[in-house]
Amino acid sequence: MYDVYKIRKQFPMLNNKKMQGHDLVYLDNASTTFKPQCVIDATVKYYSDETANHHRGDYDLLYNMDKKVRETRETVAKFFNCDTNEVVFTSGDTMALNLIALSYGFQFLKKGDEILVSEAEHASDALPWFEVSHLTGAVIKFIPLDEDGVLTVDNLKKVITNKTKIISVAQVSNVLGNVCDVKAFAKVAHEYGAVMVVDGAQSAPHMKIDFKDLDIDFLTISGHKMCGPTGIGCLIGKYDLLQQMWPYFVGGGMNVTFNKNIEMIPFEAPEKFEAGTQNLAGILGLKAAIEFLDSIGMDEIHQHDRELCEYALSKLEKCDDIIIYNKNAKNGVITFNKKGVFAQDEATLLNSKGIAVRSGQHCAKMLNDFLGCAATVRMSTYLYTTKEDIDAFVDAVINGGDFLDAYFN
Amino acid sequence: MPTLTSDMMRQIIMDHYSNPYNKHQPNTDQFIKVHMHSDNCIDDLDIFLLIEGNIVKDACFDGVACTISTSSTDIMCDLLKGKTIDEAKNIIKQYDNMIHELPFDEEVLDEAIVFINTSKQAARIRCATIGWNAADKILKDK
Repeated sequence: MYDVYKIRKQFPMLNNKKMQGHDLVYLDNASTTFKPQCVIDATVKYYSDETANHHRGDYDLLYNMDKKVRETRETVAKFFNCDTNEVVFTSGDTMALNLIALSYGFQFLKKGDEILVSEAEHASDALPWFEVSHLTGAVIKFIPLDEDGVLTVDNLKKVITNKTKIISVAQVSNVLGNVCDVKAFAKVAHEYGAVMVVDGAQSAPHMKIDFKDLDIDFLTISGHKMCGPTGIGCLIGKYDLLQQMWPYFVGGGMNVTFNKNIEMIPFEAPEKFEAGTQNLAGILGLKAAIEFLDSIGMDEIHQHDRELCEYALSKLEKCDDIIIYNKNAKNGVITFNKKGVFAQDEATLLNSKGIAVRSGQHCAKMLNDFLGCAATVRMSTYLYTTKEDIDAFVDAVINGGDFLDAYFN
Repeated sequence: MPTLTSDMMRQIIMDHYSNPYNKHQPNTDQFIKVHMHSDNCIDDLDIFLLIEGNIVKDACFDGVACTISTSSTDIMCDLLKGKTIDEAKNIIKQYDNMIHELPFDEEVLDEAIVFINTSKQAARIRCATIGWNAADKILKDK
């Protein structure tokens, strides 16, 4: 039995937190998520009880830290069903995608090769490929969305060619919340000899991801979007690909040796990509976050998000002056506008009632043509969101009054 | 200026948002242009000032902007037109003081007084000042 109230008790940010004098209703989870006490404790424990570097276990504290880093890699690997040596720690999803772009894209792509991204792509998955295009002369092409904003295999097949070397898409769009069938995408990619990159920033917090079953080549995630600390994430990659990739981000802890002939021999993957002291408190916090999610169950979390989405939609759809851009997505994200109200003005009104949502382009600046508007309001739920949160949100959207109230009350 | 009720203040903001008289491209290429965009709102604006000698002869703006930035920039254009550079700089200074809850001279702000509550919604300070910062940038070296 999914007990959301029991879950909420574990989150200090949900304990009587106020915003603008109201109880906080946090509906910006696609942006970042709150942390349960176990994650906070794991992070603090590193600083108060376990501080040491890693990489060279000459004394007990340090040996312990090496062991914990290894255990976290195992936890991540088990959670996403990949091998332990396929898990690279990064500062987050953005760095992971940049790492693929640089160490795979820059290294292996050449002029005239093609990279496919979607027009709904977040900056973090689009811009690294723009850089690869500028550096190598590879061409970027866009996979069109269908009328619901979904990336379909049919549309992929319209743009893929024998020159396609990379397909890089988000498994769940951060604006529309649609799920892309990345398993089917990977199958098509491999038929054409292309590499399948999946940005899992928005999917990993909300659904079970089986790296092996999906048969994708790379997966990237951010810890902070799944109850973990900021500044920690992972690149998960097929081991043979990781081994082929040169680490352009270099320094201590990633090399076997280097000499005056300006030569360096890197470690094997994944350590060769982890130059310098890693975010150790973040790594320990990520482990706690994954264990926390696992204890609730990803299928249960997914179901909870879905029910809340359906509940919110059933109420919002009754209002003529609410435009909903992703009615069919039902994946923890509702993107909408109120007729005649500029998106950020709506968000300000909600802020004045203690409700946190996001307005703007949500870092997916190529999506405006599809949406037909310059900006939208996005509300996004997570495992601790309640029906009461949705009620407060819907009430504020429908009966919240004039958006300028926020200025004059 | 008579004391404005909050209804009147709302009306002023909405009038300048729905019907921004100064929102258009300049009619000559003599205008100095500054582009501004906001990293926390949609605002993406060009501000144009026509300066002749010591006088701000004309002011306009164009682009994509929210209610607060559109109306505050439109009101600013009205206020700056015909002023000397020093007068214009002072109006901008007084407005900035008001936004940041510092003592300010209400006399010179006229309709811009409607943004007096911006600090209540701190996330919107950038919206209420984006056009003003652009004008300040242009006038700074004058």
